[in-house]
Amino acid sequence: MSDALGSVRDLVPIVCVIAVFQVFVLGNPVAGLAPLAAGGLLVLLGLTLFIYGLKLALFPVGERLAHSLAAKGSAFWLLAFAFLLGFGTTIAEPALLAVAEEASRVAAVGGAIPADDDSRARYAFVLRLVVATAVGVAIVLGVLRILAAWSLPLMIITGYLLVVVITTLAPDDIVGIAYDSGAVTTSTVTVPLVAALGVGLASAVRGRNPMLDGFGLIAFASLTPILFVMLFGILTQWT
Amino acid sequence: MDLIKSALAILGSTARDVLPIALFLFAFQRFVIGKPMRNRKGILAGFVLVVVGLGCFLIGLEQALFPLGRMMAEQLTAPEFLGLAAERLRWQDYYWVYLFALALGISTTLAEPALLAVSLKANEVSGGAIHVWGLRVAVAIGVGTGVALGCYRIVSGLPLHYFIAAGYLLVVVQTALAPRLIVPLAYDSGGVATSTVTVPLITALGLGLAEAVPGRSPVQDGFGLVAFACLFAVISVLAYAQLSVLRSGRAAGVERSPLETGD
Repeated sequence: MSDALGSVRDLVPIVCVIAVFQVFVLGNPVAGLAPLAAGGLLVLLGLTLFIYGLKLALFPVGERLAHSLAAKGSAFWLLAFAFLLGFGTTIAEPALLAVAEEASRVAAVGGAIPADDDSRARYAFVLRLVVATAVGVAIVLGVLRILAAWSLPLMIITGYLLVVVITTLAPDDIVGIAYDSGAVTTSTVTVPLVAALGVGLASAVRGRNPMLDGFGLIAFASLTPILFVMLFGILTQWT
Repeated sequence: MDLIKSALAILGSTARDVLPIALFLFAFQRFVIGKPMRNRKGILAGFVLVVVGLGCFLIGLEQALFPLGRMMAEQLTAPEFLGLAAERLRWQDYYWVYLFALALGISTTLAEPALLAVSLKANEVSGGAIHVWGLRVAVAIGVGTGVALGCYRIVSGLPLHYFIAAGYLLVVVQTALAPRLIVPLAYDSGGVATSTVTVPLITALGLGLAEAVPGRSPVQDGFGLVAFACLFAVISVLAYAQLSVLRSGRAAGVERSPLETGD
C-alpha cells in the first residue's frame, strides 16, 4: 500500500507539467482524457509491481550471487560474471538498438560507410557489439576496483581526460551519439542488479565500505561506451 | 483491439529483455556456485512481478505520456508558436522551450524506476543518512538543468564538447571538495537518472528542436541532451552533499555530518 502511494507521488509532477503546459502555454484542451487516465493508472500499477518485484528478486539475487562469488574466492569467475552481466544486459537493450540505427544513418550520410542497407545493418550491429563490450569492460573494471581498492575519482577523472582528448580526434558526426550512448546503456533492469552486485561485493570483501566502494559501477558503464564509440568512429573513418 | 495487441507486444519485449538476464543468473548460480538458489519460488515470483510491472509501466507511458510529450515538444519548438518569423528568432525567444525542458527533466526523473531502486539501496547502505526523496530531488534538479542548458546549446549551436569539458572540470573540482562517501553514488547517479522514462522524451525534445531551429541539423545537433542530463545529475548530487554538510556544520557547530564520517 505504501508502495502504491509512493508511486502516486512519483507521477504527480509529470501529470502537472503536461497539464500546465498543455492548457496554459499551448492553449490546447487535453484531448482524449479517458485513454490518458487509463495510461496513467497502468503506469501507477506497473511502477508499484516493479518496485515490489525488485525487492523480492533482483536485489537479493544480485547480492547473494556477489556474496557466493566472493566466498568462492575465484577472481576469474567473478570477473567473468561481471563481464557477462554487462555485455549480456546491454546487447539486448532496446534503447541501444535505436541509437545504433540512428548512428548508422549518420555514418551513411557522412560517407564513412556505403549508403546501402547491408553495410548500414552491419555497422549498427558492430556498434552494438562495441557498446556491449564497453559495458562489460566497465563492470570488470569496477569489480577490479572494488577488489583492489583503487581510487574511483582518479579512474573516472582519467576517463574524462581521455574523453576530452579523443573528442578532438573523432569525426564530428559521431561525437553527439557517442556522448549519449554512455547514458543510454544502463537500463531499468541492469541498474538494480549492478548496484546489488557492487554493494554485495563491497560488503563481502573484508576492509571495504559498501558506501564508498559499493557504488561506482554504473559510473564506469556510462563512461566507457563514450570512449569505445568514439574510437570506433575513428577506426571506421580510416578503413 | 490495437491496444491489446500493442500491450501484448510490449509485454513480450519486456519478457525478452528480462529472460536472458534471469537465465544467466540461474545458470551461474547452478553451474558456477553449484548450489541451488534459496527461496526459488519467491525469486521467480519477484521476476514475474518485475516483468509485468515494467510491461504495464511501459504500456501506460506509450499510451498516455509519450505521445503527449512528443507532441508538446514539437508544438513548443514550432516557429508559429513562437510568433516570429523563423529567420529572426534569437535564442532568448525560445524561453518556453527552456522552461519546458527544465520541468520535463525534473518530473520525468522523479518517475524513473532505476533511480528509485538505487535511492532505496543508498538509503539502506548509508544507514538512513541519505534520504531517498532528497537524493531523487537532487538528481531531478540536475537533469532538469542539464536538459534546459542542452536546449540552449542546440538553439545557439555552440559545440557540445565545450560544455561537456567544462562540466567535467566542475565535477573534478567538486570531487575534491565534497564529502568522500557521496562521490561514488554521485558518479553513478548520472547513468541511473537517464533511463526508461527520461531518454525517449528528452531525445524527442532534442531532435524536434534541432529540426525546428533554422540552421541546425538533427543529425549533428539533435544529440547530446542525454549527455547533458547525465553530467548535471552528477554535479547536482555532489552539490547536494556539499550543501548538506555546510548546513549540518552550521547547525551542530564542530560536529561532522554522518556523510563525512561514514557512520
